[in-house]
Amino acid sequence: MADTTNTAHFNRARSAAENPVKRFFRATEIDTRLLGMVGAMLIIWIGFNFLSGGLFLTPRNLWNLSVQTASVSVMATGMVLVIVTRNIDLSVGSILGFVGMIMGVLQAELLPQLLGFNHPATWIITLLAGLSLGAAIGALHGMIIAFLNVPSFIVTLGGLLVWRGATWFVTSGRTVAPMDATFRLMGGGTEGSIGATASWIVGFLACVAIVASIIHSRKQRKRFGFPRRPVWAEYFLSGIGCALVLGAVAIANNYPWPTNIARKYAEANGLAWREGGLFIAHGIAIPVLIAILIGIVMTFIATRLRFGRYVFAIGGNPEAAELAGIKTRWVTVRIFALMGMLCAVAAAISTARLNAATNAQGELDELYTIAAAVIGGTSLAGGMGTIAGAMLGALVMQSLQSGMVLVGIDSPLQRIVVGVVLVTAVWLDTVYRARAK
Amino acid sequence: MTDQRTPLVEMRNISISFGGIHAVDNASVDLYPGEVVALLGHNGAGKSTLIKILSGAYRRDAGEILINGEPADIHNPRDAKKYGIETIYQTLAVADNVDAAANLYLGRELRTPWGTLDDVAMEAKAREVMGRLNPNFQRFKEPVKALSGGQRQSVAIARAILFNARILIMDEPTAALGPQETAQVGELIKQLKREGIGIFLISHDIHDVFDLADRVSVMKNGQVVGHARTEDVTKDEVLGMIIMGKVPPKAIPGPGAMQMA
Repeated sequence: MADTTNTAHFNRARSAAENPVKRFFRATEIDTRLLGMVGAMLIIWIGFNFLSGGLFLTPRNLWNLSVQTASVSVMATGMVLVIVTRNIDLSVGSILGFVGMIMGVLQAELLPQLLGFNHPATWIITLLAGLSLGAAIGALHGMIIAFLNVPSFIVTLGGLLVWRGATWFVTSGRTVAPMDATFRLMGGGTEGSIGATASWIVGFLACVAIVASIIHSRKQRKRFGFPRRPVWAEYFLSGIGCALVLGAVAIANNYPWPTNIARKYAEANGLAWREGGLFIAHGIAIPVLIAILIGIVMTFIATRLRFGRYVFAIGGNPEAAELAGIKTRWVTVRIFALMGMLCAVAAAISTARLNAATNAQGELDELYTIAAAVIGGTSLAGGMGTIAGAMLGALVMQSLQSGMVLVGIDSPLQRIVVGVVLVTAVWLDTVYRARAK
Repeated sequence: MTDQRTPLVEMRNISISFGGIHAVDNASVDLYPGEVVALLGHNGAGKSTLIKILSGAYRRDAGEILINGEPADIHNPRDAKKYGIETIYQTLAVADNVDAAANLYLGRELRTPWGTLDDVAMEAKAREVMGRLNPNFQRFKEPVKALSGGQRQSVAIARAILFNARILIMDEPTAALGPQETAQVGELIKQLKREGIGIFLISHDIHDVFDLADRVSVMKNGQVVGHARTEDVTKDEVLGMIIMGKVPPKAIPGPGAMQMA
């Protein structure tokens, strides 16, 4: 095709005129914005590591960080779609609280009466009930927004109050505990982690997937004669991807079970116990696996499915989307229903982790979720945002918070810092975008 | 009209009002295959509103639409597309933040057997269509926001012809364009006309469309002033229709024609 050769010449001519750094980024197609965020996060990590005397960058702290991030990052993936369509959801924390409370009552009080304690089906019934409830609440919000034309800010502000109040009414404010043993695995901890061997397997599978997807995309581009990345860039990307995955697995596998638990386990299984000896690795925590899985599924939905395409089209120009024949109202309903379901997943993670459902669960989470999405590059003006960015944003927020705890900063000051960082991050992003134009 | 063929589109006695204001009042227009009809009038004369009824963006209060002589049910943009009606809006209704291929297929995406978006196939087809329209266009990976007015216009036009439109509505197609790009759009209109597509050109500026159109229909205050073949009237006479509602002798007066004393 004459066209493609022209393109190739054109691209080559253009890239020759650029400096090596720009050429590198063009060749690898790495998102410089995302890279900037990774850089900022590394600065935060190294800074806290220095201030805390080497406590921050330890397998133990990083592992805990990953577990603490899971719940908010799950919700942040949905918040991206909400914000991309120029909506907002202020009710996610309250939905988390309400759904968590319902799931708590279901597994701790209702199902045991029917099935007996720790019945193997308890967790799945509870989870499915929670997911349906979350989806129903979200769909209700979405319908009010789409069909009654009430602004999402108001609908979900109402939801924030309504569902928090409803949470109280479920048990008149009583905390529900303990959770079902299997359900609890979703919260992490020593039992809620998959161990060293399984972690390595997951890691290698992820590497295979990364390489396979790079090869597949190259084949597709070749088939249709599109411009391709240089071969070295493909190797580079595969290498970096695999190194990151395996590095993360290595860290998770370097965090051993606490001595007491390891000793109990050794006694129960008749293993020899030497002082300071038995090393049982945590491996990747189940909530983290859930969050990563959700991130992959949501990225797939956002970029590979028609629904995701419509979400972004609506965000870019609602009128154009409507005129193109997209049922924009139903898309809105589905976005909010999806958001509700993700709140239910987050509720499962956080109740399982706490081993209780409380009245105040998820309070202020809506703000952390929105902040994560926005720090992660989701534009409040609509149309722009990535799932990976939002999850990274959640990790940045959580790093700040747990870093400040490690360093021993007072909690009022923590909030001030988080607030200042949020505003600064968005300001920097505005500057970046203005310059990118 | 002495034409014995069935009109491609016939809009009969269309009315619509918004909160008591008659935006379109008892208006009738028609369009034949391979014909370009310019719909002229001041801003607010009701041209865009009338045509948005045809493209399904608004629902008429009264009147009927016939496509190939058959009454057509058009309630939303999807219905209109089923009848082969494609619209290029004045505001260039493109989704700014997705790329050209995504815009071309917006609402009608190609999908793989697994139900996922077939982006490569869409991009391949987009390259083909855009190559025909605007061979210089290369920016397939960038969001449409980054494109120039003319490039955005070619995306909008490609989007319309990609699905074998039989009726094309162009609302101020050259308003956002420079002279060279305007000439390009003119060429394109002639090409589409040869393919037997009927085109409604909407404009408030007679100079934009007079040379391209076979007929003009003039609107004023929501009513049709009259219709005329462009060979039968001069630009000045059409201006008289637009400004004063004065119908020249060779034109056919409509309900909005100035009442001669």
